[in-house]
Amino acid sequence: MSQADTQTGSPNGGPPEEDVDERIREVSSLRKALVRPELGSICGAVLVFVFFFLIARDSGMFSPEGILNWSVVSAQFAIIAVGACLLMIAGEFDLSVGSMIGFSGIIIALFSVTLGYPMWLAIIIAFVVALGIGWLNGYLVIRTGLPSFIVTLAFLYILRGLTIFIAIKTTNKTIIGGVRDAAEGDWLAAVFGGKIFKGLFVWLGDQGIISTFVAGNRAGEPVVDGIPMLIVWAIGLVIFGHILLTRTRFGNWIFAAGGDAQAARYTGVPVNRVKILMFMFTAFCATVFATCQVIEFGSAAADRGLLKEFEAIISVVIGGALLTGGYGSVVGAALGALIFGVVQQGLFFAGVESSLFRVFLGVILLLAVILNTYIRRTITGER
Amino acid sequence: MSTPLIELVDIEKHFGSVIALNGVSVSVNAGECHCLLGDNGAGKSTFIKTMAGVHQPTRGKIMLDGKQVVFSTARHAIDAGIATVYQDLAMIPLMSVTRNFWMGREPIRKVGPLRLIDFEHANQVTMDEMARMGIRLREPGQAVGTLSGGERQTVAIARSVYFGAKVLILDEPTSALGVRQTSNVLATIDKVRKKGIGVVFISHNVRHAMAVGDRFTVLNRGQTLGTAKRGEIKPEELQELMAGGQELATLEGSLGGTV
Ligand SMILES: Nc1ncnc2c1ncn2[C@@H]1O[C@H](COP(=O)(O)OP(=O)(O)O)[C@@H](O)[C@H]1O
Ligand SMILES: [Mg+2]
Repeated sequence: MSQADTQTGSPNGGPPEEDVDERIREVSSLRKALVRPELGSICGAVLVFVFFFLIARDSGMFSPEGILNWSVVSAQFAIIAVGACLLMIAGEFDLSVGSMIGFSGIIIALFSVTLGYPMWLAIIIAFVVALGIGWLNGYLVIRTGLPSFIVTLAFLYILRGLTIFIAIKTTNKTIIGGVRDAAEGDWLAAVFGGKIFKGLFVWLGDQGIISTFVAGNRAGEPVVDGIPMLIVWAIGLVIFGHILLTRTRFGNWIFAAGGDAQAARYTGVPVNRVKILMFMFTAFCATVFATCQVIEFGSAAADRGLLKEFEAIISVVIGGALLTGGYGSVVGAALGALIFGVVQQGLFFAGVESSLFRVFLGVILLLAVILNTYIRRTITGER
Repeated sequence: MSTPLIELVDIEKHFGSVIALNGVSVSVNAGECHCLLGDNGAGKSTFIKTMAGVHQPTRGKIMLDGKQVVFSTARHAIDAGIATVYQDLAMIPLMSVTRNFWMGREPIRKVGPLRLIDFEHANQVTMDEMARMGIRLREPGQAVGTLSGGERQTVAIARSVYFGAKVLILDEPTSALGVRQTSNVLATIDKVRKKGIGVVFISHNVRHAMAVGDRFTVLNRGQTLGTAKRGEIKPEELQELMAGGQELATLEGSLGGTV
């Protein structure tokens, strides 16, 4: 033993550890509070609000109707961003989100309007089919070992093609209308298309806190008559995703699956199950989006959801997630979605040429990603 | 002598036409450090992956406490108390020390209907266990990526010990480390052994092995060249066995014994 003891040095000896400690700079609590994955998107959101407050203050953008307007658009982005965020942290992509939105919408309209099933059943069928496709996406990625980028790119085309085919084959059109009538009085349709706090808004209108319509058949009603369920879904999904990711055992496994799948497997994490479930969750979010949209518009169209997969991924990346997985934040992704919605609608309010939207968005994307990369390196010691 | 904690007898492992192991036998007793030596490609990693349930042997048997067992998955072996720190480290650099420490066994606290990770407990235990191994963390939320290689090895070892490993397998824990970090890891191995845990220490560095080893088994091209106890064999002899005989001996002459 003596040989071991002399050669291994002093295990509890002071000098080695003290040396190490001296080299770790004290991190101020302010810095610690600031350096977090969401920082880039927080800065971006503040910047965007200040910017539009300066240029579009008088346009009605910050009136109740204006706020509702960009909130709804942001909520749409947020719903698909939550799914994309958790999936990206688990180390995978889903490029079929946009096609999934079109597909689910057509399924709902087909079953409720064309085939005459009750609305609630049509919605449930759409969710079951979507979860099945999400599972298939995940299963193929795991089984073939191909990058999810390729597998879901295939589904981007397969689902879009099927959607158009089904719509044309059954109705000779790519748009199926009449959903609003079919949804009338349906309990499940109300969960996606209704509004809450209606009484509160009537009261606010009566008190003169928000304005009311002065003429027309809605005279006397408040201009904003409730919070759309779309926004409730967005907030609910963000809270669910955030708690799941940061506070639960499953969330730890999501990080692990994306951080290093092999290392996660060594420690007994069911990586395949985690990834497949995240593909299913992404499909679920896409279907929530589709259901809200179909009920709001009163129709389903085969070309809905175009490019939504990229908008979701951009929101997630603005929110601080790492494209290669293992790192990110649901709150960040939600802020990314907010930035997206505010910029898109804000330029409209400000009367700016709408083509500049993409320029603006590109600049924000670039700035947020540069800042995020710096933050992430500080936190994780990544080189 | 009591029964070994684990004993592998005449293990063969074929990968298609490649014969990675061709009859290897090793046993590990409680409180001993059994060193597995061999050059790159000798089959060391393949052998311990068989012990850890990652690979299933083509032929041969595994005895746990004297009873034959079959580890069909890594989980089986882990549940039987066989903990492994892999060469490519089962650590996730982007995640915090606490999250890594508890990976797959996160402590749960019930809040209403929710089952959340008990971070207060998890952080406390992580800090305590790391301190016990002589590493003072800045904070438990620190990412593993900010730790040095030796510290990462120590997190992995501390984790295995805390979760009640009976046999701890370390695959080349010192090969990528500097002098001081190496001596810290060797000191940790010594501490772990004194708790009565059987340690399998893989290395191709004879000096590191001699520093902590109780027994030495040399692998060469998938075969056991023999097992020796501490004191029965000289470092030079081990070195020679590892190189598979004469080649290094002749080299050593021309290099003046510096290898
Ligand atoms: N999964 C595998 N498939 C095919 N051959 C393998 C596999 N794992 C290891 N081998 C082969 O087995 C031999 C021993 O490798 P390994 O156990 O990693 O050696 P060591 O750890 O001693 O350096 C090598 O020739 C290697 O190529
Ligand atoms: Mg090896």
